[in-house]
Amino acid sequence: MANLVEIRDLRVAFDGVPVLHGVDLEVAPGEALGLVGESGCGKSVTWLAALGLLPSKASVTGRVQLGETDLTGAPQSALETVRGGRIAMIFQDPSSALNPVLKIGRQLCEALRLHRGLTGAAAKTEALRLMDLVGIPDARGRFRLYPHEFSGGQCQRLMIAMALAGEPDLLIADEPTTALDATIQAQILDLLARLRAEMNMATVFISHDLGAVAQVCERVCVMYAGRIVEQGSVGQLFEHPRHPYTRGLFDALPRLFGPRTALVPIPGTVPDPRNLPGGCAFQPRCAHAQPFCQSALPDLLPQRDGRKLACAYPLPERGQGGERQAAREGVFQ
Amino acid sequence: MTALLEATDLVRVYTGRQGLFGKAAPVRAVDGVSLRVMPGETLGIVGESGSGKSTLGRMLLGVDPAQGGTVRFGGTPMPERATPAWRALRARMQMVFQDPLAALDRRLTIAAQIREPLEIHRIGDARARAARVGELMQAVGLRPDQAGRYPHELSGGQRQRVVIARALASGPELLVCDEPVSALDVSIQAQVVNLLRELQREGRRSMVFISHDLKVVRNLCDRVAVMYLGRIVEEGPSELLFARPRHPYTRALISSVPEPGRPLDGRVILQGEPPNPAKRPSGCAFHPRCALATDVCRNTVPELRQTDPEQTAACHHADGTAASRAA
Amino acid sequence: MIRFVTIRLLRAVITVLAVMTFAFVVLRMSGDPAEVLLGPDVPQTVIDAFRKQWGLDAPLWQQYLSYIGAIFSGDFGLSMRDRSPAIQLVMERVPATLQLTIPALLLKLGIGIPAGVYAALHRDSAVDRGVIFLAILGFTIPSFVMGLVLVLIFAVTLGVLPSGGFGSWQHAILPAITISIGGIGILARFSRSAMTEVLGQPYIRTASAKGVKWRDVVRGHALPNAAVPIVTIVGFMVGSLIAGAVVVETIFSWPGIGRLLIVSVSNRDLAVVQCILLLIAAVMVVSNLIVDLLYGWLDPRLRA
Ligand SMILES: Nc1ncnc2c1ncn2[C@@H]1O[C@H](COP(=O)(O)OP(=O)(O)OP(=O)(O)O)[C@@H](O)[C@H]1O
Ligand SMILES: Nc1ncnc2c1ncn2[C@@H]1O[C@H](COP(=O)(O)OP(=O)(O)OP(=O)(O)O)[C@@H](O)[C@H]1O
Ligand SMILES: [Mg+2]
Ligand SMILES: [Mg+2]
Repeated sequence: MANLVEIRDLRVAFDGVPVLHGVDLEVAPGEALGLVGESGCGKSVTWLAALGLLPSKASVTGRVQLGETDLTGAPQSALETVRGGRIAMIFQDPSSALNPVLKIGRQLCEALRLHRGLTGAAAKTEALRLMDLVGIPDARGRFRLYPHEFSGGQCQRLMIAMALAGEPDLLIADEPTTALDATIQAQILDLLARLRAEMNMATVFISHDLGAVAQVCERVCVMYAGRIVEQGSVGQLFEHPRHPYTRGLFDALPRLFGPRTALVPIPGTVPDPRNLPGGCAFQPRCAHAQPFCQSALPDLLPQRDGRKLACAYPLPERGQGGERQAAREGVFQ
Repeated sequence: MTALLEATDLVRVYTGRQGLFGKAAPVRAVDGVSLRVMPGETLGIVGESGSGKSTLGRMLLGVDPAQGGTVRFGGTPMPERATPAWRALRARMQMVFQDPLAALDRRLTIAAQIREPLEIHRIGDARARAARVGELMQAVGLRPDQAGRYPHELSGGQRQRVVIARALASGPELLVCDEPVSALDVSIQAQVVNLLRELQREGRRSMVFISHDLKVVRNLCDRVAVMYLGRIVEEGPSELLFARPRHPYTRALISSVPEPGRPLDGRVILQGEPPNPAKRPSGCAFHPRCALATDVCRNTVPELRQTDPEQTAACHHADGTAASRAA
Repeated sequence: MIRFVTIRLLRAVITVLAVMTFAFVVLRMSGDPAEVLLGPDVPQTVIDAFRKQWGLDAPLWQQYLSYIGAIFSGDFGLSMRDRSPAIQLVMERVPATLQLTIPALLLKLGIGIPAGVYAALHRDSAVDRGVIFLAILGFTIPSFVMGLVLVLIFAVTLGVLPSGGFGSWQHAILPAITISIGGIGILARFSRSAMTEVLGQPYIRTASAKGVKWRDVVRGHALPNAAVPIVTIVGFMVGSLIAGAVVVETIFSWPGIGRLLIVSVSNRDLAVVQCILLLIAAVMVVSNLIVDLLYGWLDPRLRA
């Protein structure tokens, strides 16, 4: 099946400091893709760059192919029809992502007017339907309220409703539940999963909550320091992570069940983009690093089981004994 | 054994205004909370935003005045706030907040900040203080060469370590941590959690650990209290409470934690929002969101009752019948 | 809403009372009107008669009470100089002052806000830097210096505009510009920072991500939010419509309130000074009230 979006060699630099170093990513129609990684690894920047939403001091190169059009070179007017129309995006902290001085009905209708040409009563009817769909109680009565009159969870529902207004093919959810309470988080995750199933809309779910990603996504990309380091199905990655970084993210996670043991943190911190280590960017924090890792940057290469991996000395595959044997496979395949 | 910290019937009412010119609406942020912390024990406090966790934490240290109830520390009543006796007691109990950057002075080196409590409480001479600072930095995993750094030159996890080292400087018997790891990445969070675990192991230091992250709380705490709208609705040993929650709210809370490998369906997803503390529902405050609610829940406030040898819950239906049906 | 308005009105009354008291105390403490008005060589009997006539012989607190009482009954007193009602003297001068300050206010709004908004939209561009530089220059140069410089250029060197006096509309140009320059600078700076802050807010990114055209994002999403802080400053400027021209009127010998104030102060003409101060305070208070009401209209979060 043809991909809905294909990102090829996307690079972003802020004031000459590169923060994305060539990201390749594709999203199939209807698919749910997760994007995980520590803070600052470039998850948000990837999609903001794809939609041309970065400030002008950012320099973006590469290709973002949506059907026939390349978004990186596209004129503003073309981008404006894509944004919210074919690709919609919702953000963390819903309460500040809605305009505080505009009635939420008006904000919803604006999206409907832009992408579906609806105005007046037709727009209002549709907006009310969307509010119902995302579970805002008493939509009619609250149509003319302002964002501060809604709770955080309801604001995120309204953001989702607004994103749905353009009937997009792809919804990018950038940490949509991070600012919300545990029980509300569960509601929103549930809503997103339900909507995706009902509307057959592809979803990119950006999060550093591996648990949440596991629940809503089919495929996952793990990012580190501006690169994708491992990519595969949820089952593959979460049961048998092969990149030491992916593995590290899992081991660092406290568990809700099972014995209460000390956690296994990844030593050190994310490198400063202005000051990246030589070779593999993860190498200074990696327990499996060899001298080779300091000099050569591993490419993201497809593996036998279908995943992609960028590591010279990955963790062994399932059922495969010697680490030696599995080593170097990533590089010389 | 006597409890290190014992709070009885604590009440805190904020008379905040709603909006700029609205009517004053009293908010019972903490509404009759009793708890005890044994020496060397870690008590976790969980609950959703606005349930009164931070307020309770501050009241335990006497930073926030209580409108009702008492706090006893080491067997004696807590002295009045801002009296010399209270200040002296502060050396024995310290607090760690969520945002390390806000808690640190950006103009002072981290060594100076860690030394500060030693100076305030007049502990040791200059040389002893310097030695103690070195010791503390090592204990929390900061390198000696970082002593002269400023807060903004450190990563989030390192800053939180500085805050913890400073809290430990006066050798407190009680540490109240208010969301100390919530702002940190998983891997850094694990580093700080491990640090706290080590502190637990090495000394008979008690801790109150406030968080809405159930996974971290379970990992770190011996006992857990679940708060809903200013009251404790369930309390028990953390293993038991997580394995066998008795209160429907606790069950929903645990169920809402996304775990890799646990599917979405089959979880208890609560409907509705946490209620406004200024408009507390009648009877059991949880009843509007509770699937088990009956008339008695709407009319009568449930008391905390023993459900298991070491576990208490405030639910009319926690005694086997309805609860086990739903479990 | 009623509660809001009552609180505001109460506060306004208190402000006005405070101003009146302050004016009374300062003027009474700083010199004897009898001596100033009559001159130093007048016999004591004349001075006593003058005092008696104007009620200056009563104890201070009695004078104060009768003064306040008179004002509340609508009597603003007579000018000690020519015995005409003070209020009338003052009101005669109001139009002249407004002839300067209203055009100046329009200049401030018409130039300051667009310049600031434009600079914010083109951060770090040459235009932005130019705007900042001129704005700082505008509000750091004192208006008497600015006035003199303008006179030097346009009246003395170029000879295209009169250097002072009152009469045709050409006479108003230089003083109005002088008054406006500081305000333009302040408004430009303020609008720029308000707009910059708003443009960095998440909801602006949301609007862009929704596919709204940038022009409409600025107009429909950014400006309404930036308006709140800008209105504060504008309100302050409206409040100084009467008081803002004192220095400039003196430089350009413009027969407005400002000139009257200076003359009356040096003459210790109490009734007139107090009347002017009262007027200034009233205008300030009213404009503050309007700003507060505007806040609620502009920002729903500030509504009760
Ligand atoms: N507007 C900007 N100006 C300069 N640097 C930026 C800007 N936005 C992002 N960056 C940098 O780009 C890098 C990637 O940022 P990004 O926001 O994509 O991280 P992220 O993976 O989304 O992290 P988080 O989980 O914290 O949201 C970071 O190093 C960040 O400092
Ligand atoms: N200074 C204050 N004035 C008025 N109301 C307050 C004040 N501080 C807290 N509250 C209210 O008291 C209640 C409890 O607040 P508290 O900060 O203790 O909750 P919390 O459980 O720590 O929440 P969070 O998880 O968001 O930190 C809330 O409804 C809050 O709005
Ligand atoms: Mg991000
Ligand atoms: Mg709190």
